[in-house]
Amino acid sequence: MLAYLLKRLGIAILVALTVSVVTFSMIYLSGDPALALAGESATEEDIENIRRFYGYDRPIPVQYLSWLGRAVQGDFGHSHYLREPVATVIFERLPTTMLLGFTALAFALALSVPLGVLAAIRPNSLVDRAALTLAVVGQAMPSFWFALTLMLWLGIYWQLLPITGSSSWANFVMPSIALGYYVTPAVMRLTRAGMLEVLAADYIRTARAKGLRPMKVLFKHALRNAVIPVVSLAAVQFGFMLGGSIVIETIFAINGLGFLAWESIQRADLPMMQAIVLVLSVFYIVLTFLADMLNAWLDPRIRVV
Amino acid sequence: MEKAAPMVSLPAPEPSPAALLRRRIFGHAGLLIGSAVLIAIILTALLAPWIAPHDPYDQVLDRKLIPPVWSDGGKATWVHPLGTDHFGRDYLSRLIWGARISLVIGFSAMLISGVIGTVLGVLAGFFGGRVDMVANFLITTRLSMPVVLVAIAVVSLVGSSLTVVIWVLGLLIWDRFAVVMRSATMQVRNLDFVAAAQALGCSKSRIVFSEILPNIANHLIVVATVEMAHAILLEAALSFLGLGVQPPEPSWGLMISEAKGLMFFDGWLIAIPGTALFALVLSINLLGDGVRDVTAPGGV
Amino acid sequence: MAAAPILEVESLNVAIPVPAGTLHPVQEVGFRVTRGHTLAIVGESGCGKSLTSLALMNLLPPRAARTAGRLALDGQDLLGLSEREMADIRGNRMSMIFQEPMTSLNPAYTVGDQLVEAERRHRRTSVTAARDRAVWLLEKVGMTGAGERLRQYPHQLSGGLRQRVMIAMALMCDPDLIIADEPTTALDVTIQAQILHLLADLQREFETGLILITHDLGVVARLCDRVAVMYAGQIVEEGTARQIFRTPAHPYTRGLLDCIPIPGKTRRGAHLGTIPGIVPSLVGSMPGCHFADRCPHASGACRSGPIAFRDGAGPGHRYRCVLSLPSGPARPDPAP
Repeated sequence: MLAYLLKRLGIAILVALTVSVVTFSMIYLSGDPALALAGESATEEDIENIRRFYGYDRPIPVQYLSWLGRAVQGDFGHSHYLREPVATVIFERLPTTMLLGFTALAFALALSVPLGVLAAIRPNSLVDRAALTLAVVGQAMPSFWFALTLMLWLGIYWQLLPITGSSSWANFVMPSIALGYYVTPAVMRLTRAGMLEVLAADYIRTARAKGLRPMKVLFKHALRNAVIPVVSLAAVQFGFMLGGSIVIETIFAINGLGFLAWESIQRADLPMMQAIVLVLSVFYIVLTFLADMLNAWLDPRIRVV
Repeated sequence: MEKAAPMVSLPAPEPSPAALLRRRIFGHAGLLIGSAVLIAIILTALLAPWIAPHDPYDQVLDRKLIPPVWSDGGKATWVHPLGTDHFGRDYLSRLIWGARISLVIGFSAMLISGVIGTVLGVLAGFFGGRVDMVANFLITTRLSMPVVLVAIAVVSLVGSSLTVVIWVLGLLIWDRFAVVMRSATMQVRNLDFVAAAQALGCSKSRIVFSEILPNIANHLIVVATVEMAHAILLEAALSFLGLGVQPPEPSWGLMISEAKGLMFFDGWLIAIPGTALFALVLSINLLGDGVRDVTAPGGV
Repeated sequence: MAAAPILEVESLNVAIPVPAGTLHPVQEVGFRVTRGHTLAIVGESGCGKSLTSLALMNLLPPRAARTAGRLALDGQDLLGLSEREMADIRGNRMSMIFQEPMTSLNPAYTVGDQLVEAERRHRRTSVTAARDRAVWLLEKVGMTGAGERLRQYPHQLSGGLRQRVMIAMALMCDPDLIIADEPTTALDVTIQAQILHLLADLQREFETGLILITHDLGVVARLCDRVAVMYAGQIVEEGTARQIFRTPAHPYTRGLLDCIPIPGKTRRGAHLGTIPGIVPSLVGSMPGCHFADRCPHASGACRSGPIAFRDGAGPGHRYRCVLSLPSGPARPDPAP
C-alpha cells in the first residue's frame, strides 16, 4: 500500500511540474510579454523598464525557476489589473467555485448513479431506455445553451429562481444543474456498464446461492464493486467541471474562479490567468490522487498485496 | 465423421458476415437517423451558396429582429423564414453558413487530435514498457489541464482566427484517442495472428499497419465521432465566450452569444442556433454509437 | 438403500429462447439423491448438467424457463415456492459449490465476512458464534491458520484454497444437500484429488446428500454411489457406480468408458476409443434418440419417437435405448 501510495505521489508531482512548465510558457505565446504589457504607444525605454521590472530580461529557465519557487510558496505575483496579490484574489474566489463544483457533482451523482443502477437491473426496460435517452440528449446539448435555456424558463418565464449572482443558495440551483447535467451521461453509462458486468459475475451467483436477499446482493455485493470505476470517473469529472465552470459562471455571473478567469482574459491579466490554470490543474491532480487512494480503500486487490 | 443431426426443426442457416452486418446496420434506428441527419447537414453546408436565401453578412437595418414565421406577431414573413437578428441579417442564411464553420472546425480539429492521439496510443499499446509509461504520463498531464480554460487563454494570447481555433482544439483533445487506441492496440497485440506475424519475422511497421490498424479501425471511427462532436461543442463554447470565431462570421456559438442579451424578449434567437448545434452533435453521436454497436462482436 | 430420498427430481425441463427458436438444454431429467450418498451427473460439456444444477437451485438466468413434474427436498415441494421462500432454502438446506473458485468469491470482502454472512442470513447466531463456526469449518477443510484466513481477501488465496473456502461456505448452515458443479475443473491436477477426497469425507461426516457434476469418469468411479450419465440434455443411463462401470448398457456410456484408460489393464500404446460425430443442436424438438447420429447400432427405430427407459442389470439400473442389454463379459472396474 505504501509503495503504491508513493508511486502515485511521485507521478502526481511530476505531472504537476510538467503542467507548471506549460503554464509558465503561456506568457511567451504572444511573443514578447514586455511588449504586450507596455501597450502600443510605449517607447523603447518603457519596454526595457518593464522587461527589467518583471524580470523578463533574465534567461528563461531562471525566470521559470523563480516563478515556480514563488508559486510553491503561494506567491503568484501581482495582478496587472487589480493591484492586489494574485493569490489573495484567487483564494477569495476559490470557495465559490468549489461550492458550485460540489453541488453540481452532487446533482450529477444523485441523478446518474440510481438511474445507471436501475437501468442495469432491468436492461432494455422503460427505465433503461429513458436513462439512455437522457444520456444521449445530455451528451449532445451545448452546456451554455442548456444554461441559457434553463435561465429563460426557470428564471424568466416561470420566475422560480434568481438568474444571476452568487449571494444565496437559490443562485446555485440552476448553475449546478447546468454544470452537473453535462457530466451525468458519462457517469450514468459507466454505472450501468459496471453494474451489468458485476451482476453477471460469478460471485453474485454465489451470493444468491447463499440465499441472500436481492437487496443485499445488489447493495452489498454488486454496487460496491460497480462503483470502483465510478469513483475515478467522478474525480475526473469534478476536475472537468471546475474547468468548465468558466462558461457557467460567466453566464450566471457567479463570482468564482471561472468568472475571474474570463475577466482576466478580457483584461489580458497574464499572472492571474497563469495562476488560475495552474491552481485548477494542481487541484485536478490532487483530486485524481485522492480518487486513487479511495479506490485502493474500496478495492482490496490494490490495497492488500 | 458424420454430419450434424437431421432435425425436425432445423435452426436457420447462419447468414454471411456481410449480410449480418447489413442486417445490423439497417436494424439500428439510431445509426440510420444519425447518418440521415448528418448527411443532410453536410449537404446543407456544401450547398450553402445556392440554398441560402440571403447573404449571411448583409445587414438590413430596417429589418431588424423579424420573428420566425411560426410566431404570431404580424411582422413574420416568408422572406425570412427564421427571422432576422439584431443587425437585420437573415437568420436562416446565417444558420446555413454556420454549418460550414461547425463542420470544418469539428472535422479538422478531430483530424489533428486523431493523428496525435492515435500515434501515441498505438505506440504505447504496441511497445508497452517505457514507451507506454511516457505516453501515460503525457495523457495524465494533458488531462490535468482544463480544456476550455487553456483554450481561451491560448486563443486570447495568440489571437483568434479559424485556424488558431482548429489548432488549439486539435492540440488539446487528443487524450481520448490515445487512451482508446492504447487499450485497443494492447488487446489486438496479444491476439494469435499478431504473434504469428511476429514469429514470421514481419517488420514492426508492417505489423502495425497491416495487422493492428485494420483491427482497431472500428474503435478509431467511434472515437473520431466522439471527438468531432466534442470539438464542435468546444468551438461553440469558445465563440460563445467571445474567444473563438470572431464576428461577423456566422458561427452558431457566436449567434447564441450575440443573441443572449435579447433572449429574454426573443427566446427564438437562442433556440434556433442551439437546436441546430444540438441536432448536429446528436447526429454525430448517434452515428458513433451506431458504429460501435454494429461492429461490436455479438452485438445486435 | 432404504433411506428416504433427500432430493427427488422428476421430468425437469429447461427452455431458453434463442434467435433460432427455443433451446432445450435439459429435457425430462429425473433422479433421486439419498441422504449421506453421492450422485454423480456425468457428461460432456454442454450436455446440460450445469444447467440442471442451477435449475435445482432456481438460479437459472432470467430468460431460462424451468418446468418439472416434481422437485422436492426432504419431501417438501420446491416448485410452488416463491423466490423469497426459495431464498430461505438456498445456502441453508441446499447449497452449491461452483466451478470457478477464482471468480466465485467477492473480491471486495474478506473470506470471514463472506463465510459469516452465509450463516447469519439463515440463523439467528451472533457474529462471534458464526465466526467460530467459520474457523472450525476452515480447519475442517484443511486450511492452516484458520483464524488468520478470515481476515484475508480472496485474491490472497490460491485457487485450491479458495475452493476450500467455497466448500466451507457451503457447509456453514449444515445443509441437507450440496451440489458441486465441476468443483475441481479449474484447479491443478494435484489439487483436484485433494479437493474431491475432502468433499467425499465431509459429505460422509456431515451426512449430507451430494450431487457431483463432472465430466471425469475416473472421479466418479472412486467417490460416488450412483451415477447418471447425461447426453444432449437427457439422462441416458442411471445406476450404481458398479453397474455403470461393469455393465454399461447405453452405447454412449460404453463409448465414454472406452475413452478412459484403465491403469494396469489398458496396454501402453493401445488405441483408446473415441466417439465419432458431434453433439446435436438442442434448438427445436427432436423426437428420437439424441445419440442416434453417433451411435454404431442406430436403426430406424431410434429416430421414430421418444425412447423409453429399459431396466438394466439389476435393481435401480435403467437406460434409454431401444437395444436390449448387451451380452458379453463384464468390464473390469476402473477404480484402483
